[in-house]
Amino acid sequence: MRLPRGARLALGTITLAALAAGCEREQRRFRETPPSATPGSEVQTSGGFVPGPPLPEIRVVTPYLNNAYAVSQGKSLYLQMNCVGCHSHGGGGIGPPLMDDRWIYGAQPENIYQSIQEGRPNGMPAWGSRLSSDQIWKITVYVMSMSGQVRKDVAPGRDDHMQGKKQEQGTEERNPRASGGIPPASAFP
Amino acid sequence: VTRARISTLAAPAALAALSACGGRQSALDPAGPQALHLFNLGNFLYLTAGAVFLAVMAALAMALVRSRRRDVPDTSEAGEGRARRTVILAVGGTVAILLVFLVVSFLTGRAYSVTPLGGRPLQISVVGHQWWWEVVYNDSVHSRSLTTANEIHVPVGRTVILKMTSHDVIHSFWVPNLAGKKDLIPGYSTTTWFRADRPGMYRGVCAEFCGHQHANMGLLVIAEPPAQFARWYEAQLADAMPPTDTVASTGKNVFMGAHGCVLCHTVRGTDAGGRVGPDLTHLASRRTLAAGTVPNTRGWLGGWVMDPQGIKPGAHMPPNDMRPDELQALLTYLQGLR
Repeated sequence: MRLPRGARLALGTITLAALAAGCEREQRRFRETPPSATPGSEVQTSGGFVPGPPLPEIRVVTPYLNNAYAVSQGKSLYLQMNCVGCHSHGGGGIGPPLMDDRWIYGAQPENIYQSIQEGRPNGMPAWGSRLSSDQIWKITVYVMSMSGQVRKDVAPGRDDHMQGKKQEQGTEERNPRASGGIPPASAFP
Repeated sequence: VTRARISTLAAPAALAALSACGGRQSALDPAGPQALHLFNLGNFLYLTAGAVFLAVMAALAMALVRSRRRDVPDTSEAGEGRARRTVILAVGGTVAILLVFLVVSFLTGRAYSVTPLGGRPLQISVVGHQWWWEVVYNDSVHSRSLTTANEIHVPVGRTVILKMTSHDVIHSFWVPNLAGKKDLIPGYSTTTWFRADRPGMYRGVCAEFCGHQHANMGLLVIAEPPAQFARWYEAQLADAMPPTDTVASTGKNVFMGAHGCVLCHTVRGTDAGGRVGPDLTHLASRRTLAAGTVPNTRGWLGGWVMDPQGIKPGAHMPPNDMRPDELQALLTYLQGLR
């Protein structure tokens, strides 16, 4: 069957447009508006332990949920801020594991945000005065990705350092000389 | 346009084009033996290729002129033989030239890859980060090792051996005036070397696409006389200067305090020991900010602290939310870190 010229043209255009639309899966947000510019935009936190019935739940929609770039940034912040020190790579240690489905303080993004921002008893420090709110949101979505709460195509890929096998190259870096210090100049190729 | 007119236009244009060959970041202005090897190889290739181009154009012009004289193509026995000889000559010449290129580039590669180990080479580690360079001067006495960023000072005439790796993705170290490119690969260390034979400031870049701010991942290599280098080294070894006035000490409190600067940055001699961002112990002694992106002035520094994403979108420095008086105090403190 031969389509008329006009129809073929239209079909081609639509296909191209559909393909082009696939190029922009998501937006990378680099320049967040600082919270001070839009008062009231910051997450309301409970302000510590208060007696009485629990405070009303806070509903916030994080702009980063299901944003692959933000999740990967959260991952590097997780390493840089040494969350690994207590929570390991999700498996827990000094702190509780993050990759299971048990949440002491709630599994919702705002609960996790709050845990990071305010800290929790028994050792979780408060990061609210140290990290900006968008950084905390990025860590939040990464923490959610550990327990599979973000889309699979958004979650970061495997870690190089978690391979069971030895790396093919670069083993010399792992075996520092017993004597310490830098190797002699003759060791350079 | 007359011929005279063309030459009056062409001469300044050619001069302007030539003047672009020198300068702070140019492979056509070699300042060391490594860059000189590459420069000579390049020149040989360019000149030979240029001569071949001229020869081909001359042959074409000759053929055009000759074909005008004849109406019918020459199909005689003698004509066929001439054509065959010409083709064999041209193919043979091409193959010979390519073989010469092969040999010359092999010899250049050989000469280039030899690292001179005599004369106590200076050893520097370079770690690539998105998007800046961490520079560590290694010394066998640990307290004489030092860390800085984005600016490599070297003494003139001394071999510098760079041991490089990357913290995140593959980068490539390229200071065209001094040496060719060398990749920085995560989990693996690569080695290259250079020597600056004359003092000067040579700009380098990352030459392997490494993400959003690849284009703004610059560095400076500053080659200076040995005595001057030794002075610089001693100054950099010292701990950060403590603030001398009240404004600067307020600024220090801002830095150590609620804005979390210390989570990422080190200032030796204080409590700040973060290893995520560049070492700021002697920030004010550096010429540029954000890996060669903007000059290190008070205005740019303030802009960078408050809104790094406006200057370098995607950089890993977060924006800061500070009161104006806090910012001014912080800037005074940072500018005192000489």
